Amino acid sequence: MLKIEGAKKHYKHRGQMVAAMDDIWLDIPEGDFVSVVGASGSGKSTLLLTLGGMLSPTEGKVYLNGSSLYDLSPDKRARLRREKIGFVFQTFNLIPYLTALENVQIPLFLTGASEIVQREKATALLQRIGLADRLDHKPSELSVGQQQRVALARMLANDPAVVLADEPTGNLDPETGRQIIGFLEEINREGRTVVMVTHDPNAASKARRTLRLDAGRIMNGRVPQS
Amino acid sequence: MRLRTLVWREIFERKNQLATSFLAILLGITVIVSIKNITFYSEKAVAKELDALGANVLILPKSVTMQDYYSADMQSEVIPEEYVDRLTNSDLQGLDNLSPKLSVPIIVGGKTVTLTGILPKDEFSAKAAWQGAGIFSRPQNCGTVVDIPGLSSTSPKETLVRKRVIETLGSNEILVGADVASSLRIREGDQLEVMGRTFTTTAVLPQTGTVDDARIFAHLHTVQEMTGKGSVVSAIEVVGCCNEISLGLVEKINKLLPDAKVVTITQVVDTQLKTNRTMSRLSTVFLVIIILVGGASIANYMYANVFERRKEIGTLMAMGAGSSVVLKIFLLKALLLGLAAGVGGYIIGTALAIVMGPKLAGVPVLPMPTLILLALAIAVPLAILASFLPAIRATRLDPCATLQEM
Repeated sequence: MLKIEGAKKHYKHRGQMVAAMDDIWLDIPEGDFVSVVGASGSGKSTLLLTLGGMLSPTEGKVYLNGSSLYDLSPDKRARLRREKIGFVFQTFNLIPYLTALENVQIPLFLTGASEIVQREKATALLQRIGLADRLDHKPSELSVGQQQRVALARMLANDPAVVLADEPTGNLDPETGRQIIGFLEEINREGRTVVMVTHDPNAASKARRTLRLDAGRIMNGRVPQS
Repeated sequence: MRLRTLVWREIFERKNQLATSFLAILLGITVIVSIKNITFYSEKAVAKELDALGANVLILPKSVTMQDYYSADMQSEVIPEEYVDRLTNSDLQGLDNLSPKLSVPIIVGGKTVTLTGILPKDEFSAKAAWQGAGIFSRPQNCGTVVDIPGLSSTSPKETLVRKRVIETLGSNEILVGADVASSLRIREGDQLEVMGRTFTTTAVLPQTGTVDDARIFAHLHTVQEMTGKGSVVSAIEVVGCCNEISLGLVEKINKLLPDAKVVTITQVVDTQLKTNRTMSRLSTVFLVIIILVGGASIANYMYANVFERRKEIGTLMAMGAGSSVVLKIFLLKALLLGLAAGVGGYIIGTALAIVMGPKLAGVPVLPMPTLILLALAIAVPLAILASFLPAIRATRLDPCATLQEM
């Protein structure tokens, strides 16, 4: 489903070259649940953004269902994200001036769904995550756990095949964190591919496999084919 | 969820930050609309006042030097009355009223007054009917102005004073100036003997503060006959259209009557033209100010808004928003800002003009709906153009930088 071939990402920081990704080779089959762990600055987030079509590597190729992401035009990549990829962020990234319902409607609006369809689907998703009574609440009127659940509902709006989660429990208390991981396991069981960056060993242990990153390299990943 | 919902909600979320830019355009549009509105009615009022003032072109004998506009005809030199026919039958545009005069000093009741012969308008109508051409076939609306509320039209009695022309005057009728009437105790309907001939006082003219107050007006042909001067006049007063005067009416009359001297109250015309030019310049200055200050303010606000919303933009991009969606979000916001400032500026500017017009220009001012088009034609393109570069910048934001925690 997702494949990285020899990806490198170098950038200059205060005059010195830093390798955020250094010759990454990775193959993530459909329905996999991968956790990515590593110290801060090891390149976890760079890897996630690269997989999501948001950050082009300096070298190498990234494939989603066989099509090379960074050989597509930016608009085609955006369409691919709309249709296939869902992001979950550590700080939820809800739009503060919209209600929970409207936040979940955004991905549907971006695909051109009618307002009626948007409303019906967003309401059903919020009901699924137990926020049926918070539809018209703005993010500031919700607890952090509720905000992350709204973000999960938003991520599911366009029924993505791939879920990319960056520290989804990083800002949550242990109990709410467990609920969110449980939710990610549930959507993985539905057949979606999940890649989760985390610092939390408990959360990482729920994945089917764990990748450890160090200085832009996968320490326990697949060896490049010759 | 629609694009406009997204834009609308954001505007109200951060309305305080938007207020400065909005006010900058709103105030600029307000001032421009106010100036344009007041200027329009001021020009109309000046035109009306010029019309009420009376003749603004004088045709005199060549040798005469004009000391006082109102007493220019009180000299011994004369020009042929036939000049009136030449003017009447000419194809000159912009001649409104003609008033030939013959003035002579006389003594009535022991007091020296001026007897002035004038030609009533009905005789011009007769001339036009006979000859089928001339000033009565001039283009419509020349020299006439729109009625403005608050400026009442003159009563028939005052037409000689205000418009330098009266409709009818019999051969044994006179009009008496206010000072003459007062000193000789003459009232309307009284008989008065002038140079051995008895006249009926048709009207006592209102006070004007000019030498006209010391005149007695009789029919031109009667005065010509009484003085034995023949078919001559001392002067011909002409009410000309201001536009035509500025387009060279005086030179055209000079060509038609090369042996006469043609003068105009240039100051009056110049005053109007100067006022118009000043208002026009002021309007241009404000247009430049609004473009510079308003444009800079909007651009500055939009850049700050893009910076503040970079995480939101990054999130939208992560959810699959293309650059066109991001561009539309900012340009639609600019459009709404321009529309609101344009409409608001029109409403406040119009209200200001209605309130301030009578105080500043001494004229009543009414709303001009067409000015809303001007207001929108300035505010909307300005807001969109000033927002364009910040909007382009938003589409080119680095998603990694926008999602800082990733």
